[in-house]
Amino acid sequence: MRNARRAIVAGSGMAAALLAAPRPACALGWADFPMNYLTTAGVKERPVVALTWGLMGISIAVIVLISLFVLVGVLRRRNTDVSLPEATRIPVVRPRSGLAWISIGVGVSTVVLLGMMGWTAVTMAKIARPPVDPAVTIEIRARQWWWDARYESGDPTRIVDVANEIHIPVGKAVEFKLQSDDVIHSFWIPALGGKTDVIPGQTNMTWLQAERPGVYRGQCAEYCGKQHGHMGIVVVADVPEDFQAWLDGQISPAREAASQQVAEGRDRFIQRCGACHTVRGTRAGGALGPDLTHLMSRGSLAAATLPNKIAYLSGWIANPQTIKPGAQMPNLEISGPELASIRSYLETLK
Amino acid sequence: MSEPLIIRRRLPVGSMGKKANGWWGMLALIATEAALFAYLLFSYFFFDVQYGRGWLPEKLPAFRLSGPNTVILLLSSVAVWWAEREARKGNRARQCLGLAVGLLLGIAFVVIQGFEWADKTFTPFSSSYGSLFFTITGFHMAHVIAGLIVLASLLLWSALGYFDDRRNAPVTIGAIYWHFVDAVWLAVFFSLYVTPHLR
Amino acid sequence: MSATEYERTPAIAEKGYETPLAHDLEAIWESKPGIRGFLSTVDHKEIGIRYLVTSFVFLVLGGIEALVMRLQLAGPNKSLLTPEQYNELFSMHGLTMIFLYALPVLSGFSNYLFPLVLGSRDMAFPRLNAFSYWVYVASGIFMYASLVLGFAPNDGWFSYVPYALKPYNPGPNMDFYALGMIFYGVSTTVGSANFVVTFLRMRAPGMSINRVPILTWGTVTVSFGNLFAVPAVSLAFLMMWADRQFNTHFFTPETGGQPLLWQHLFWMFAHPWVYVVVLPAMGLVSDALPIFCRRPIVGYTVVVLGTITTMVLGFGVWLHHMFATGLPFLALSFFSAASFVITIPSAVAVFAWIATIWTGRPVITTAFLFFAGFIAMFVIGGVSGVMTAAVPADRQLTDTYFVVAHLHYVLIGINLFAVMGALYVWFPKITGRLMSERLGRWNFWLVFVGFNLGFFPMHVTGLMGMPRRIYTYPDGLGWDTLNLITTMGAFVLAIGILLLLINLAISRRGGAPAGPNPWDGPTLEWATPSPPPPYNFPVIPLVASRHPLWEERLGETEAGHSEIHRGPVLADGKEALATTALDAQPDVILKMPEDSYAPFVVTLAMAVAFTGLLLANWWVAGIGGLAILIGSLVWLWPEAALAQKARRPA
Repeated sequence: MRNARRAIVAGSGMAAALLAAPRPACALGWADFPMNYLTTAGVKERPVVALTWGLMGISIAVIVLISLFVLVGVLRRRNTDVSLPEATRIPVVRPRSGLAWISIGVGVSTVVLLGMMGWTAVTMAKIARPPVDPAVTIEIRARQWWWDARYESGDPTRIVDVANEIHIPVGKAVEFKLQSDDVIHSFWIPALGGKTDVIPGQTNMTWLQAERPGVYRGQCAEYCGKQHGHMGIVVVADVPEDFQAWLDGQISPAREAASQQVAEGRDRFIQRCGACHTVRGTRAGGALGPDLTHLMSRGSLAAATLPNKIAYLSGWIANPQTIKPGAQMPNLEISGPELASIRSYLETLK
Repeated sequence: MSEPLIIRRRLPVGSMGKKANGWWGMLALIATEAALFAYLLFSYFFFDVQYGRGWLPEKLPAFRLSGPNTVILLLSSVAVWWAEREARKGNRARQCLGLAVGLLLGIAFVVIQGFEWADKTFTPFSSSYGSLFFTITGFHMAHVIAGLIVLASLLLWSALGYFDDRRNAPVTIGAIYWHFVDAVWLAVFFSLYVTPHLR
Repeated sequence: MSATEYERTPAIAEKGYETPLAHDLEAIWESKPGIRGFLSTVDHKEIGIRYLVTSFVFLVLGGIEALVMRLQLAGPNKSLLTPEQYNELFSMHGLTMIFLYALPVLSGFSNYLFPLVLGSRDMAFPRLNAFSYWVYVASGIFMYASLVLGFAPNDGWFSYVPYALKPYNPGPNMDFYALGMIFYGVSTTVGSANFVVTFLRMRAPGMSINRVPILTWGTVTVSFGNLFAVPAVSLAFLMMWADRQFNTHFFTPETGGQPLLWQHLFWMFAHPWVYVVVLPAMGLVSDALPIFCRRPIVGYTVVVLGTITTMVLGFGVWLHHMFATGLPFLALSFFSAASFVITIPSAVAVFAWIATIWTGRPVITTAFLFFAGFIAMFVIGGVSGVMTAAVPADRQLTDTYFVVAHLHYVLIGINLFAVMGALYVWFPKITGRLMSERLGRWNFWLVFVGFNLGFFPMHVTGLMGMPRRIYTYPDGLGWDTLNLITTMGAFVLAIGILLLLINLAISRRGGAPAGPNPWDGPTLEWATPSPPPPYNFPVIPLVASRHPLWEERLGETEAGHSEIHRGPVLADGKEALATTALDAQPDVILKMPEDSYAPFVVTLAMAVAFTGLLLANWWVAGIGGLAILIGSLVWLWPEAALAQKARRPA
């Protein structure tokens, strides 16, 4: 699973092979298009995929039919015996009215449209509510340009914030409360469900339910500024036991520094990064950037922009403004040794 | 259509009352201005529905000034209507008198509305209610002032003897605009002053 | 100044273009030469041509912006543009094409053609007509000044708040757009009022409401629509500007504002606007396609009713742009259903065109090819629109490239294809010369192939999950090849349009002489010389059927015969005839205004005022406002020559 998670993020072309979707025989498979919504792994999306295919089939049929009408009409009826400009001198006549075309054409179109309307209404009703009560509630806080996810719990010690990668249990409905403190974003995991806008000043609700384990990439779908293009999110659907283990892991504070060297890195991190980032269990408690307590458990960095590999991590810390120009994380002019030290600490945040 | 075309007939020449293109143009202007106020009031009710009573100010808009002011504006419409009627009769003096009365009542409305604004405990910058209240009444005020400029011009032109019993289209056109400004006030008044008391 | 008489019975005479009367009229109606005439002319034909040329300049600018964006998106992780540059480009591209090209180009045709097809001498308000053009240009320059100064709008043409507000967008970028759009709205509004009144009042005697060419129906329908829709967006932009400039609280969520109010007001305007930029184009096709099919259009009445119905329903579907904003189920269902239903009147038009082809004898000209292509593109743009009417499907489709594909099939397919075809049809009327058919074929096929190569794959890109408005995308998501194809298509399309421009330039001087009626068209403009003289018609034509120039051949003579060169003589100064709104009975002889600097001067004053507002320099804004007031008073001051003043007592 870990590998799959890495693969799906930007910059890696390996996503395909590792995805759970079945691979057809032809050269390109659905898995080569991890953000497509013509296939699905979600309970909510299943009737929508059927509807989308249905509407698309009808649409293509209409296009072909009408284009044929135009083409055949032109070819059969055109004047071939005269050339311009004499062609226009051919007589104008009062031919038959042709109104039957309109009544039949519009009549058939109306029936088809009504059918589509009905199918739409049925689908809307089907997906309005999850089939079972949600097992998990996640409060999503969309930010310029990353995602904070807070797992709700009746027990305050079990409330936990993670960033940009959320895990959900397979086969269970998950409820999302969507909020924003800055501009409008849109929460979208194509393989699991459609978009719901995240609008400051209101809380929108949506739900998702994965049918099978997998890693599903999503992306902000409402234009939100400079780095709208790099505001990815990854949803990992685990079997319930794995999900529980993951959640327990996330809830626990960061591990203690195992060596002097790591402790130094931690202190440097607190000093240079702690104003914006939180690592639970240390004095780093900033809330402007993602919670990094278990950074190394994630597959990607910077809102699914980079794979979470050591080289990328170094590059990101040293020079975020080149990778994500305009992002809230500034270039901190961190020296080489400082960077190495901070990095060695971050590597322990499993 | 069914009626045969009659070409050889005596036709009025130039700007003639409701046959003037200006009249039709004014109707188009009124249509678009009416839409503008509809969108303003839509915005008001959008907030009202979203937030409910808590959105309105503690002290609901009162009728102490706005009530009499509404009457004043309606009276000014009556004066302008009379002026236009007299214009069609070719009575220049009464026409000027009606326009002058309409103008003065309009000015009175603006002054009183100024006091009404000064009376408010909120500003356009204090809350979304304040922003909307002042924008809506401000838009109306701007239309009243435009209307006053129209009335003043008509008064001047009438006094200069530009119009007689047949050539008076500008009076007709200006008057309908003024009636529109008054009618819009009724919509604004009802929305901002009356409906809060109805909930 | 002598006061004119109050009543007159116009003489009825038979007069052609080579008569002393025509020479007198020429002297009365023609504009002054040189810069004075340039700044003061109110001739609808001159204004129409200016609209066409200016809108094509903006088309080219918007096209260049698109090509630069397509280079950035040709492959994954490209860095030709910074994110900010990309965002400014897509915003400018959108507002340019939608506002500065799509409607003005149609206004160009309408301005040029309205009086000619209606059998009139000019528009109802010639000075307002000039004013609407000047304001369009000035607002266009105002908005483009932002790009030159490096502060272009960067929040898309839709400008969602709160990203458009000061905390997230501190530069003047959005002020340019907000004020520019209010400025531009003035042009649209006065232009619309002018079309409406012209349609209702300026038709030739006998051209009752059921004999009017369909292109005027399209324009007048959307002009009505504009009168009701434009205030929404002007108000929304004013609120946005106030939030930015004065800290009011319309849209600011943290202080009780409502970001969704912006979306409601914007789409209440912008959805009708989609129809505004296509219905007149459909009207052009409905009038021009039948010429080449050698028969009248099938189902005139239902096509007209369909046009009106589309516009009316167009006001009831704005919420389908907001399906993902968390609206209640009932609202979603209602607006989804309405969005399906609005397809029906469009289907009427499609089947009417197809029936016209099947029951006619099409002559394959370049114009005809564009119209035939237009029908196919119309259907593609239409059915992809229907897909987005289905709420659950739309919540996947929306904000992906599927919608980008859809809207380009609508805007290029229904607007640009129709416009290019219409250029081939009416260019000979405007210039007196035919466009090259040979270049025309290349023009059509390059545009057709380039457009479909560029935009059809975009549907797939969207279905594969690529969101809109992202300045770059990673590899590994399957979007690379599709985007490369789209970029190639975009360049082929651009070459096609370049060929059109070349054809226009070459044919203007070197084209074959067209004569008055090169296509043997049925409507009144084809009865005038090419190009028509400033007064259009020596006598006011009398109309007895829908197709004055075809009526003998069609046997449409139950109401008598139309007479082009026999009718009321109106030559006592600049005169035109107003007729009644439904039956077109002669109603009043209008005194038309001379050329005037007022429209240009008032536009300049407005430009000063808006610049003052932009700079938050209230003195400059105040001076501009005062100048607008004075200019308007001078403009509207009653004139004896226009028969607005009483006859002086002797």
